[in-house]
Amino acid sequence: MSTALPAANAEMVDEHAPALLAVDGVTLQYKTRDHLVTATYRVSFQVHPSDRFVLLGPSGCGKSTLLKGVGGFMAPVEGTIRLKGQTIERPGPDRMMVFQEFDQLLPWKTVRENILFPMLVSGRCNRAEAAERAWAYIDKVNLTKFADAYPHMLSGGMKQRVAIARAMAMEADILLMDEPFAALDALTRRKMQEELLQLWDDVRFTMLFVTHSIEEAIIVGSRILVMSPHPGQVKAELNAHQFSHDEQGGGEFQALHNRIHNMLFAERIEEERLHGRS
Amino acid sequence: MAGAEPRLPPVRPEFEVRPGEAGQIGDVARPLSAWERISNITLVRRLFILLVLAVAWQIYASWLDNPLMFPTFDETMTALWDASIKGPLLERVWTSIRVLLLGYGAGIAIAAVFTTIAVSTRVGTDFLSTLTAMFNPLPAIALLPLALLWFGLGIPSLIFVIIHSVLWAVALNTHGGFLSVSETLRMAGQNYGLRGLRYVAYILIPAAFPSILTGLKIGWAFAWRTLIAAELVFGVSSRSGGLGWFIFENRNQLETAYVFAGLVMVIIIGLLVESVVFRTIEIRTVRKWGMQR
Repeated sequence: MSTALPAANAEMVDEHAPALLAVDGVTLQYKTRDHLVTATYRVSFQVHPSDRFVLLGPSGCGKSTLLKGVGGFMAPVEGTIRLKGQTIERPGPDRMMVFQEFDQLLPWKTVRENILFPMLVSGRCNRAEAAERAWAYIDKVNLTKFADAYPHMLSGGMKQRVAIARAMAMEADILLMDEPFAALDALTRRKMQEELLQLWDDVRFTMLFVTHSIEEAIIVGSRILVMSPHPGQVKAELNAHQFSHDEQGGGEFQALHNRIHNMLFAERIEEERLHGRS
Repeated sequence: MAGAEPRLPPVRPEFEVRPGEAGQIGDVARPLSAWERISNITLVRRLFILLVLAVAWQIYASWLDNPLMFPTFDETMTALWDASIKGPLLERVWTSIRVLLLGYGAGIAIAAVFTTIAVSTRVGTDFLSTLTAMFNPLPAIALLPLALLWFGLGIPSLIFVIIHSVLWAVALNTHGGFLSVSETLRMAGQNYGLRGLRYVAYILIPAAFPSILTGLKIGWAFAWRTLIAAELVFGVSSRSGGLGWFIFENRNQLETAYVFAGLVMVIIIGLLVESVVFRTIEIRTVRKWGMQR
């Protein structure tokens, strides 16, 4: 296990292009009522422009915490997180988050106002430009008919589309997606994945996407960081740019799926054995 | 049972059908009847309840036949009409409402300052919690003697006790509302780069609006009650008396119908503020936003 990691890193990292996001030896800890939990331990990875970078792992591997770290909601106790060479210190509109929860939209604003609001309060653009961008992205996520609806009138899938449109309209350096489709039903989820890939084809944004579904990671991601739990550590970094929904039944897709599955599953067996012994 | 054969469901043939036209099914969407529509209007239902109460009042009072103790509904209404047109009732109401609005406004402003401090610092939170726990159970009327000592007989004393009755209710509800804003919304707000006062104004206040509105309603009721009670206790404030004074004065003269008229006026104002002012705010905000049914 420990021999595979440096080898994988050595052949994958492109030394010439500067990374957009550089996470370097990051350890993140948070406090619960009576524990200090180490969520990730010395995690390093680099995201390059237009990457669809996926953080994949079972629950408890600190992938969401890592995303919060990149979002600036948590400071690392060790290591650095840098965006375009700047150390991240606090939340900011240059990294737009899309959350799993449907209540991330401001309920007192319509779909259009929700998309406009961050552009205006962050001072990214003036009113006219913001309005233009808002329409463009509402159109891109097929919500033109619902532009003046309030969030409580929308279905879960529509709300997530608004959240994605809102994040994309900011034209931020990187989109941080925290299991955005996890709370959707299977059919909607599949459709949303397709739409997201289509949007990426259009705009070529950079995203950091957290999921616990191997399938979603392979379909959505161009590169997958596989993490092990308790505490979260890097297990592998794999390429998945060649796969979309069309390859889902295919042999190569299955092979990658199984490879990741074994990686994660081996951990679980090991863990069970440890627990059994103690 | 017979043998070890596991029970299996029968295998049935598969089929596919085309869904029928909506027209054949009929009642997909039928307009409601006139009666159903009328009974759906809240105002109509509430007016009906008021009517029933008025009739019951009239019957009971006629049967009792003791205008000194319990005047009838129509005597009360006549008194209300007389006092409003010829008498000083409207003037008294205006005096009371002016004082009330001053106190209410000041109370809300102070509550806003307190809660803003409370959400920004931990000391502020402790400060607000302690003060609220101390003063919220203290009836405003109990402070009246002290207020009279400090501010003399007049409007400042009234405003002081009204502020006391509004402040803690509004602050408590607003702070509670801020605390219950979901983590996701908070993070979304911070993600936009909002901090400090802008964060409170753009994210916390609208997100906590249902609680804030509840606080404002409770504060209004407290203020109204405190004011009437205070006026009953020390009567005239500087130049002209308020509604409480009107009630007190008429009781002394044993004009019971006018006492009832004064009380009815208190109720009418309460109902109007609740059903017009607060309801309009509610419909335009929390209902429209789907935060409240």
